[in-house]
Amino acid sequence: MKILVAVKRVIDPYVKIRVKTDQTGVETQNVKMSMNPFDEIALEAAIRLREQGQAAEIIAVSIGSDACQETLRHGLALGADRAILVSCDTSLCSLNIAKILQQLVKQEDAQLVLMGKQSIDGDNNQTPQMLAALLNWPQATFASELLLENNSVQVTREIDGGLETLALTLPAVVSTDLRLNEPRYASLPNIMKAKRKPLDIIPLDSLGLSLKDHIERISVTAPPVRSAGIKVDSVDALLDKLRNEAKVL
Amino acid sequence: MSTLVIVEHDNHHIHPATLNTVAAAMQLDSSPDLLVIGSGTLGVAEQAAAIAGVNKVLHIDAPCFEHQLAENLATVIVSLASPYSTLMAPSSTFGKNLMPRVAAMLDVAQLSDVSRIISPDVFEHPIYAGNAIETIKMLDAKKILTIRSTAFKAVTDKQDTCQIERVEALNTDSKTQFVRQELSKSERPELGSAKIIVSGGRGLQNAEKFKLIEDLADVLGAAVGASRAAVDAGFVPNDYQVGQTGKVVAPDLYLAVGISGAVQHLAGMKDSKVIVAINKDPDAPVFQVADYGLVGDLFEIVPQLIEQLRKKS
Repeated sequence: MKILVAVKRVIDPYVKIRVKTDQTGVETQNVKMSMNPFDEIALEAAIRLREQGQAAEIIAVSIGSDACQETLRHGLALGADRAILVSCDTSLCSLNIAKILQQLVKQEDAQLVLMGKQSIDGDNNQTPQMLAALLNWPQATFASELLLENNSVQVTREIDGGLETLALTLPAVVSTDLRLNEPRYASLPNIMKAKRKPLDIIPLDSLGLSLKDHIERISVTAPPVRSAGIKVDSVDALLDKLRNEAKVL
Repeated sequence: MSTLVIVEHDNHHIHPATLNTVAAAMQLDSSPDLLVIGSGTLGVAEQAAAIAGVNKVLHIDAPCFEHQLAENLATVIVSLASPYSTLMAPSSTFGKNLMPRVAAMLDVAQLSDVSRIISPDVFEHPIYAGNAIETIKMLDAKKILTIRSTAFKAVTDKQDTCQIERVEALNTDSKTQFVRQELSKSERPELGSAKIIVSGGRGLQNAEKFKLIEDLADVLGAAVGASRAAVDAGFVPNDYQVGQTGKVVAPDLYLAVGISGAVQHLAGMKDSKVIVAINKDPDAPVFQVADYGLVGDLFEIVPQLIEQLRKKS
């Protein structure tokens, strides 16, 4: 069975982001970039399935500029067998990303697609569900447990009130949440080996999709700044403030 | 602009986030329609019909909808979508699971976590865990939105029950089987909808001492959260985590206890109305966003707080 894992290159989660002064977006020049942490969990899940003998091949896929090669090389170092970059320099909405992935899933005949529940830049939480819809496949979002048996995958999902377990008939799309696993680190020998693993670059145009714009970004602004308040010197003073000034108790 | 709100419920009660979503809908359509899909949900449909301002409730009830699987629900919603220009659901795990599937089936975009409605096709929503606000114009004729409930004041007024229109269920064949649900048995409110949240960090030292946070939460009727440091140290499970990669919350009152205030934690809670920080380090970054800071040993301060609060209640 082939597993396709979609990975996105994002600003590193430990970097404090800066909104550009012209309000066109967020500063990415000279900023440390990483693989979206949720996607790293998805890739780890795929690697574990292969290690258990339940998957034959893991294909890591990314969509974006040439810089995404670095993210894919990282994925190869972690354990993906090969990688595909769909190269395009414009920013695409989730629906168009899902349409590109749909094409790749068909080309590769993947039976399971894994990806993070959301990327930590746009926070949209859309692409996996959209891909499942386009493929008319079952979906399980926010996975914290994943069990593959025969022709189905049993997924425990983190929902607001607790956990829900679903059994999906393959092929299926699963989006991963934090509790699913703790991703490994890439070892130096594996980083060296990853340099020789195949990484195909496909121009977006060659996929023959007709994608149109569905959304237009008007601006990106910084949120209102929260200023520091006051320090109080006792529990009584704190409770007094909360009751009589803030009126939240 | 005709608007349809997908009601979130557990087959017995409307989830409170639905009322915030109805409030958002009313900014576009003073009398939106509501859609209830489930099993044994006549009570839910009646609750929905009694929300002030609702024009009509579409009601679909069949055993196959008991578990509200996204695959089934999306098919039904798409079949009912044509008269509406906007479809909305709460930005909960329910809405986030469902609405992108609906949007893709309709071949339109979806906007997540809408925090402000500027016009029928222009919306604001937070990105980068709230560290930036993006304004988006949606170009498709149909707008599919999930609504950040903390950004809209819930509709609490009632009306005489409006029309409930029973719609026959489509018998959709699904490759998804429900296996089980384990809802947290906690009497405490959920992090996502709690008015008060008490969160603990590495300063709690261990899982045993973290109980102090739970005691404080219980006396306040609050939800319990934690920093990533506390989760990584194994004090509490991951689903307690507030922050950029955990849950993003905005309660009326957020108490950060023994939390230094790493960027990724602040990102998840800085939209709270009032923030209180209790920390022994006066230079901890958390004090830079706190409305009220109390410097000191949490193991002295928190028991005092609990005692004082018990006295009053």
